[in-house]
Amino acid sequence: MQITITVNGTTHTRDVEPRTLLVDFLRDHLGLTGTNIGCDTSQCGACTIHMDSQSVKSCTVLAVQADGADLTTIEGLANGSLHPMQQAFWDNHGLQCGYCTPGMIMSATKLVEGNPGISEAEIRHGLEGNICRCTGYQNIVKAVQQAAGEMGGD
Amino acid sequence: MSKYMGKAVKRVEDPRFIQGRGKYVANLKLANMGHAAIKRSPFAHAKINGVDASAAKALDGVIAVYTGQDLQAAGVGSLPCGFNPPGIVTAPHMPLAVDKVRHVGDGVAVVIANDIYTAYDALDLIEVDYEPLPAVVDAKKATAADAPQVHDEIPNNTSFHWPLGESDTVMGAMNESDHVVELDFINQRLIPNAMEPRACVAEWNAFTEEMTVWTSSQNPHLIRLLMSMATLGIPENRLRVISPDVGGGFGSKIFHYPEEVIVPWCSKQLGQPVKWVSTRSEAFVTDAHGRDHVTTAKLGVNNDGTFTALHVQTWANMGAYLSTFAPMIPTALYITLFSGLYKIPHIFGESWGTMTNTVPVDAYRGAGRPEASYLLERLIDIAARDLNMDPIELRRKNFIQPDEFPYQTPVAMVYDSGDYDQLFDKAMEVSGYNEMIEERDRARQEGRLVGIGVSGCIEASGAGPSKVVTSLGAGVGLWEHGLVRVHPTGKISVLTGTHAHGQGHETTFAQLVADELGVPMDDIEIVHGDTSKTPFGLGTYASRSAAVGGTAIMKSCEKIREKMKAIAAYQLEAAVEDMVYDQENGTIHVQGSPDRSKTFVDISVAALMGHIPDDMEPSLEEATFFDPPNFTFPNSAHIAMVEVDKESGEISLLKYAAVDDVGNVINPMIVEGQLQGGIVQGVGQALLEHGIYDEDGQLLTGTFLDYAMPRADDVPMSALGRIEIPSPSNPLGVKGAGEMGTIAGTPTVANAVMDALHPLGVRHVDIPHTAAAIHGAIQSASVSAD
Repeated sequence: MQITITVNGTTHTRDVEPRTLLVDFLRDHLGLTGTNIGCDTSQCGACTIHMDSQSVKSCTVLAVQADGADLTTIEGLANGSLHPMQQAFWDNHGLQCGYCTPGMIMSATKLVEGNPGISEAEIRHGLEGNICRCTGYQNIVKAVQQAAGEMGGD
Repeated sequence: MSKYMGKAVKRVEDPRFIQGRGKYVANLKLANMGHAAIKRSPFAHAKINGVDASAAKALDGVIAVYTGQDLQAAGVGSLPCGFNPPGIVTAPHMPLAVDKVRHVGDGVAVVIANDIYTAYDALDLIEVDYEPLPAVVDAKKATAADAPQVHDEIPNNTSFHWPLGESDTVMGAMNESDHVVELDFINQRLIPNAMEPRACVAEWNAFTEEMTVWTSSQNPHLIRLLMSMATLGIPENRLRVISPDVGGGFGSKIFHYPEEVIVPWCSKQLGQPVKWVSTRSEAFVTDAHGRDHVTTAKLGVNNDGTFTALHVQTWANMGAYLSTFAPMIPTALYITLFSGLYKIPHIFGESWGTMTNTVPVDAYRGAGRPEASYLLERLIDIAARDLNMDPIELRRKNFIQPDEFPYQTPVAMVYDSGDYDQLFDKAMEVSGYNEMIEERDRARQEGRLVGIGVSGCIEASGAGPSKVVTSLGAGVGLWEHGLVRVHPTGKISVLTGTHAHGQGHETTFAQLVADELGVPMDDIEIVHGDTSKTPFGLGTYASRSAAVGGTAIMKSCEKIREKMKAIAAYQLEAAVEDMVYDQENGTIHVQGSPDRSKTFVDISVAALMGHIPDDMEPSLEEATFFDPPNFTFPNSAHIAMVEVDKESGEISLLKYAAVDDVGNVINPMIVEGQLQGGIVQGVGQALLEHGIYDEDGQLLTGTFLDYAMPRADDVPMSALGRIEIPSPSNPLGVKGAGEMGTIAGTPTVANAVMDALHPLGVRHVDIPHTAAAIHGAIQSASVSAD
């Protein structure tokens, strides 16, 4: 099937098998390997991206379902500079091995949108769908709090 | 005054990770690359009567299908066990099963196709004629006379028996004690679940006859060694193993796995690169699991609280095959830690390593030491209740005192340093222990089930010396290599045999070198994870990298300084003894004459140009192979508070405080991060995680839907404190920091839950303390109270 998808501002038209997962399309067809795969049951959140301004687990979406959609991946979150969420993860040591990090950052940016004063409990609940095995979440929560304040509800 | 050491320097690794530019093996794409998928057994134990791959081979896009027989016929070797204590009985472990499968997930055949979707399609077309056999999954039941036999070569499924101490003497002392605490319990099976699933890419170059393998590993040199001498037979000088960024390991990426044999073999066979990436479902049934002990223990204690004797028997589940270091875990890394922080005059421990129809079990964060700490700290907690003593007071009564180091325990270890009273003083302060007790007691009066748990744990990390480790059965020494290369422009490359998988070595080692040589951190690169770039080294596990690898680097820096001083003396026509190396800025001057000086770059250039003393070799490159004289012994006091919901059994972890002595600290931000993450893994074992097999050997917890990983809302912020008693085992004075959180987290939280249930008369519930388990314990307690 032929699909047309805009990713990080660039529009791509490709032929794909209908069963192609969006995450495989991003990684294997477009070479955007920043989006990682951590499970096969939509539990871990490593593959989270933004699709038409919502965060989605890209292993749970077929590429054909994203036909006509506007996607942002970790590579396109900030063009050349760092998004406040990326900066906050760096500042607060919110990552160790880095594998869950792109998905965690993509989830967190949507989580705090419109909620600059988000509470610790809200952050913890909101990140339930993203598993990190390294950090114990403590510094991730701090990073998200910092970024939420800096983003001021954007 | 150090500029970098001891400072919370932000990590140099992070920019690539936060922007999605991590170099994980799964991201690698080579021209003409085939994609591999592995047909795995759905049975725990079955004979293979035949494999029919004809339909799979005929599928469009399939390049080849190979079975275990193909690999065996080609001379591929068995995966070796690298720790063989006296009397061990072993059996072959072929990368693909040949005539029998021994656990769900055991590989039977491999498909290579043009794309991974086609490879998976082809798996479904392979017909395997299985003849199912009875299975055994429990470590102790496996030794029963009528238990199914996993390997013909290993009678009674018992691979080894490892005793330490004199059982009769210890029981004699036990019998003279005022009181004996007895406990039968399990330390449940855990599944490591690093977030990056394992992956392997291999490229055989027929022109140069060289193999390159990219694999997600904690120790690429060790993998190359095992591939070369045991499995693939490719000489080390024709085999390059690269581990780029590794997305977590926690022990599970130490070992040599079947896919690291299958994928390179296929690449050579086909003359094209081959890639395999584990799915999470595969990871659950192929990555080595952790823990899984069945234990009977007794602690003797007198009425005044003095410990008299400890006697422990453990059946350790090895799974279907002996993984690379598996027998080391319930033996040399377990029984040797039974003394904990305490003076226990008589200790005996023995373990049996038994084979079952389950995934192999090997080192998982802490590896043997969490099991030792859990058993001792649970026994002590029960003893405190039986004697009606405060659990901290009972522990204090038995502490090894600061003036008693080095302290020889009855179980082989010689502890290097510590101050356990100071540790607990600080932990009580950081946690607000006295207020916590008041809070708990108030809650109890309100009828709520609130409990406080404490633990005092010790770890042996940074193993050495090598001759001791190898005399116990290890197939490798545990020294480490560190090379410092000063380029002509004054920039520096540091080559290390350790390999980070989240620990931030590119930052901490650069901090170390920057201070040792007085140069900016930006001028230093850390090179690791590639056997063609770094000399042989042993990798990263058992909290060894700073203590052993860091020391090797530090000593190489010392050699660089001495050589630079000699070159500066030659150029300034001064005596070497009069030269001063200023570590603030990397300049060298004549004592008392600061203006007679040379910069770091001056000397780097001189070493290139040969403007050096006649008897000196040019260039500035120094290597050290450091073999530690002893382990380091990090230790901890952790305190937690929980509340149990009476109706549901659900547990809320309300507070967690931890004070650790990890010796001197290179980067406190990274050390705290290690502790926070480790604690949550320990909490995971206490409350959530359990790898469960049914009687037929089916893994019931084979996805993240069924295996409860700790999530962000399962844990509170932890309060951390630190005391720094430098280790005398290495000149940096550091102790391992990577595993203590996990070691201490489990007994601390388990003790808190048991304290919460104490008013109901509950003595012990096996972990994990899930809502179901605790609900059951509450129900049983109320029935027996009626």
